[in-house]
Amino acid sequence: MAAPLTLLLLVAVTVRAALYRSSLADLISERVEVVSPLTAWKRVVEGLALLDLGVSPYSGDVFHETPLIIYLFHFLVDYAEITFMLADVITAVALYLSVKDYNKQVFRKQKYALEADRYPLDCLELIRSPKEMQYIPLKVAMFYLLNPFTILSCVAKSTCGLNNAVIALFVLSTIKGNVLLSAIFLSLATYQSIYPLTLCAAALLYLLQRQYIPVNLRRFSFWWFVAQYAFMYLGSLFVIVGLSFFLLGSWDFLPSVYGFILSVPDLTPNIGLFWYFFAEMFEHFRLFFLCVFQINVFFYTVPLSIKLKEHPVFLIFMQLAVISIFKSYPTVGDIALYMAFLPVWSHLHRFLRNIFLVSCVLLACSALFPVLWHLWIYAGSANSNFYYAITLLFNVAQILLVSDYFYAFLRREHHLSHGLYLKRKDGSEATLVLK
Amino acid sequence: MMPVPSSVPQPKDDFQEELVIRPLHSGDIYASFQFRTLWETDFMRGNKVSHYRLFPKSLGQVISKFSVRELHISFTQGYWRTMQWGQPFLPSPPGAELWVWFQDSVTDVDGTWKELTNVLSGIFCASLNFIDSTNTVQPSASFKPLGIGNVTDHRFLRYATLPREIVCTENLTPWKKLLPCGSKAGLAVLLKSEKLFHSSFHSQAVHIRPVCQDWQCKTTSWELRQTLNVVFDLHTPGQGKLEWSLFKMFSRTLTEACPLASSSKIYIDITDDPQGEQFEVSPATHLLSQAMVLGDRRTFSVYDLTQQITFGTVRSLNLLIRWKSRDMLRPLLHAERYVAGYGLQTGEIHTLMYNNHPYRSFPVLLLDSVPWYLRLYIHTLTVTSKGKDNKPSYIHYQPSKDRVRPHLLEMLVQLPPNSVTEVTVQFERALLKWTEYTPDPNHGFYVGSSVISSLVPSIVAMDTNSTREQPLFSSFFPCKEESSYFMRVYTEPLLVNLPTPDFSMPYNVICLTCTVVAVGYGSLYNLLTRSFQIEEPSPGLAKRIANIIRKMRGVPPL
Repeated sequence: MAAPLTLLLLVAVTVRAALYRSSLADLISERVEVVSPLTAWKRVVEGLALLDLGVSPYSGDVFHETPLIIYLFHFLVDYAEITFMLADVITAVALYLSVKDYNKQVFRKQKYALEADRYPLDCLELIRSPKEMQYIPLKVAMFYLLNPFTILSCVAKSTCGLNNAVIALFVLSTIKGNVLLSAIFLSLATYQSIYPLTLCAAALLYLLQRQYIPVNLRRFSFWWFVAQYAFMYLGSLFVIVGLSFFLLGSWDFLPSVYGFILSVPDLTPNIGLFWYFFAEMFEHFRLFFLCVFQINVFFYTVPLSIKLKEHPVFLIFMQLAVISIFKSYPTVGDIALYMAFLPVWSHLHRFLRNIFLVSCVLLACSALFPVLWHLWIYAGSANSNFYYAITLLFNVAQILLVSDYFYAFLRREHHLSHGLYLKRKDGSEATLVLK
Repeated sequence: MMPVPSSVPQPKDDFQEELVIRPLHSGDIYASFQFRTLWETDFMRGNKVSHYRLFPKSLGQVISKFSVRELHISFTQGYWRTMQWGQPFLPSPPGAELWVWFQDSVTDVDGTWKELTNVLSGIFCASLNFIDSTNTVQPSASFKPLGIGNVTDHRFLRYATLPREIVCTENLTPWKKLLPCGSKAGLAVLLKSEKLFHSSFHSQAVHIRPVCQDWQCKTTSWELRQTLNVVFDLHTPGQGKLEWSLFKMFSRTLTEACPLASSSKIYIDITDDPQGEQFEVSPATHLLSQAMVLGDRRTFSVYDLTQQITFGTVRSLNLLIRWKSRDMLRPLLHAERYVAGYGLQTGEIHTLMYNNHPYRSFPVLLLDSVPWYLRLYIHTLTVTSKGKDNKPSYIHYQPSKDRVRPHLLEMLVQLPPNSVTEVTVQFERALLKWTEYTPDPNHGFYVGSSVISSLVPSIVAMDTNSTREQPLFSSFFPCKEESSYFMRVYTEPLLVNLPTPDFSMPYNVICLTCTVVAVGYGSLYNLLTRSFQIEEPSPGLAKRIANIIRKMRGVPPL
């Protein structure tokens, strides 16, 4: 498996290097769909320039990345392109290894269940074979590296690529069962943007399952493990925040980074739902709706964890998707990360209902974003409503995609326990509905 | 009757008024009024001043209540065209400009500044209440005190401009009321608003500062200068002769000087033609005066209004000025500014500074205050002279904070002789909340003028003794050394368009976005709370009704 992966990595690096050298690089790094006020490379350079001038980068409202990023790029600013390509490569390799390990576990569980005769007789066609699962890790790496969204994000040098790398390493360390590394990478991801906090539940469920600790709120072992994980996670988070304080000597970065993510003062257009909503919000209700939208990202954690407690990796996928759609400054780099997981669920394709519609809408919207931006900002013949409409459509399509996969997953689980060909009381073919 | 000597010695005050008329190269005419009141009193240190004579009471109370050390406020309509008109005696940017030095005793400078702007807004009938933290800056080097005082702590300095402010009769009337003679006698009778506002450039200002009374500075007094600069357009076309008179400019003639004034003079600039071949002034006068102004020695015809013979037999003075053509006074320092780029996303501000001196280079201090919604990227700042990089020796940059304060950029740049220096910086335009736009959002947003302050090398030796008797127009800016004089140049204000949301749609946007969030919520809610069940077809309507009746009878259903 190493050879195809290496070939894929070479192709990906070549494409990115070619684009870096072309004139498109400057054009792409200005696109609002690819960079946001949080992740733009121009702002990182501005932060470094302010530091050189002797002014704190957080005294103005231009730089909103974390102090560790300044520290990192203080040394690496001349090698920025290599850094971002390396981040993409690390993400792809991490996802490759983690999906390979996950597939092995899935196959092993399936084998035990087959031996224990737990599947009804007619769902044999739902059983997965090693042959079909062989190329999935490579497909995952390919979906990530050759996704146009990822390539755009890398060429624009958006720090989203670094965030994706950290989350991919977190996924890898969780699936491998390494509790300490999982906590450390999760705290790094949370430190950079607050939303990966919701992945805690998924990580906990997976690690508990792997260590054969039953998820029972009355048992001591459960709480002991949760306490251990929380201690490691919070401890590393405090260490990183403390380190940032010592790097720049002040707590300025807390309101500039976390206050900025949570209170959304900058209304630069992007592909998310927040910007136009808060540009047109009545001042009286601003705080209320801000709280509603931010809670919206976090509150799917508990219900999803309860429903998907046997399937924590699918839970990770769902959480990443919810974060990418509903976060305050989404970019196409965030979308690329959860889309990379789609080949893992390719066996669900027979139960997907809207996939054609969703893919058409996503393609059309991706094409229309730059067109309507140009019409609004440069040609002046459209106004902001056009771009906003495409934003709405794009988000609806993403929501439909995610809920479609969720439906297909739950339906397959249902069939695996109740049989594939279901009959009604009178013997005729039945239809399944959600009631 | 014996005059009863008062127990408190009255402080001495003195009022002078003058008008300088300078015909310009293009046929326009520049008239500059200055009214100065000097008062030996002490507003500070808890002194309760109650007997006001020539000094206006409203301004005196403002100074003592807000512990003001220096106050400079100007209202300008139009932009001073340096290349066509030369240098003004007192420069001012378009719109309103206010800069104040407070005393060291002020503890909360920002609060005092807010109250001061509101009070001045009332005194001058201008909307100075729009000055708040989003357009106020504290320059670190550019606006040093023009009066006495060794304060270097720029915490007590506040500078703000309102480039959008319009000046009209409503602002002229309270300004005229501050004069001792009002508009009833003296030079102020010429200030008629229908003629003054029908001009290319009009600027009225009030400057208050403490000055030294004598050379050793043993006593200080407070100086109030009210200045009004106006440039009239050449209306009469193609007559061959360029001709102006006081009646044509102001629709009034002068009949008397202000009785409260110790000196009341009119100066006509006749430097370029002392023999009178190209130039004719009537009625003629033999009084001549020379003054060092703007680095140049200029000759003036003087009309002293306190002398009765100036008015002649008709008891009124209507000066008539005729000239053929004049050489341009070439300004040594000149600046322009414009916005480059296209579209509503990004742009570039270019500031061009021209040094027209043939062999001397001199440093200039550039002050730029850019509103927060144009996000400057300081790493894109470039300064080039003659095509080569020109690194500024001092940069003070304070980045903006959204909705709190503007950008402040101050740089000390050395301008090489006979060159153009270009300063460029890129910016990004922000999308504001729909309530933050002005009622006419597609007009654009104004960016205040850049201020360029410098000590320009002078051709003639300047007079450094500021307490000597000299005309008002040459004694405004203090002169510390003989080889250079202080000049301040303002660039054009900029008009920048920002992307706008659709103002008619707040409710629609809220509904549509909440719909999308609800679609997400609904799909996930369905999948989380419901489970798969086999659908049993429901029986027909007749059977259902029959079943209901059978249930009521207690009979098993069909």
